[in-house]
Amino acid sequence: MQIARVIGTVVSTQKNRKLEGAKLLLVQPLTLEGQARGVALLAIDAVGAGVGERVLVVIEGKAAGDALGRKAAAVDAAIVGIVDEVDLVEA
Amino acid sequence: MQLARVIGEVVSTMKDANLVGMKLLVLQPVSPSGDSTGRTLVALDSVGAGVGEAVFFVRGREAAFPFYPAEPPTDASIVGIVDHWTVDGEDRR
Repeated sequence: MQIARVIGTVVSTQKNRKLEGAKLLLVQPLTLEGQARGVALLAIDAVGAGVGERVLVVIEGKAAGDALGRKAAAVDAAIVGIVDEVDLVEA
Repeated sequence: MQLARVIGEVVSTMKDANLVGMKLLVLQPVSPSGDSTGRTLVALDSVGAGVGEAVFFVRGREAAFPFYPAEPPTDASIVGIVDHWTVDGEDRR
C-alpha cells in the first residue's frame, strides 16, 4: 500500500458496467515526508474519503477489485483507508 | 487507473485472433492539471471512446476484464470516458 493525498474528483457517465456507482478520486502518492512522488492516479474509493485527506491506496488489481467488492472488475487502484497519522520511529 | 487523452487510432490487419474486432486507440496520459505526462501507449477501448476525448484506463491483467468472457492479450484498456474532473476547485475536461 502507499500513502497518498486525495487531490480531486472525476466524473464519468459512460464507463465499464462493473464500475457503475463507484466513486473515482484522483490521488497523488506521497513520500513519508509528505512530498508528491510519481504520477497522480485514479483510484476507486471504498471508504468514503474526501479531497484533501491522506489515504491508504492499494495499487494492484486483485486487491482493488476486492475493495470494490466486485469480482473481475477492471480496476487497478483503490483507496482502502483514511490515514489519521503516521508515527515514524528513528531506527 | 490514469487519466489520458485519446490522440489517435491504430489500424492492424494481422493480429492476435482475440484482438479481432477490437478498437485500438493511442493514449497520451495527462496529469491532473491536464498536461501531457509520460509515454504514449496503445490501449483497447471498452467504452466507445474517440479521438480528442478524455478517458481513464486500467493497466495490467485487469485490462482484459471488460471483454469477459473474451480474453484479449492486452495490458491497457480504456474503461471510462471522463465528463470532467475537478482539482483545486477548478473543473477540467
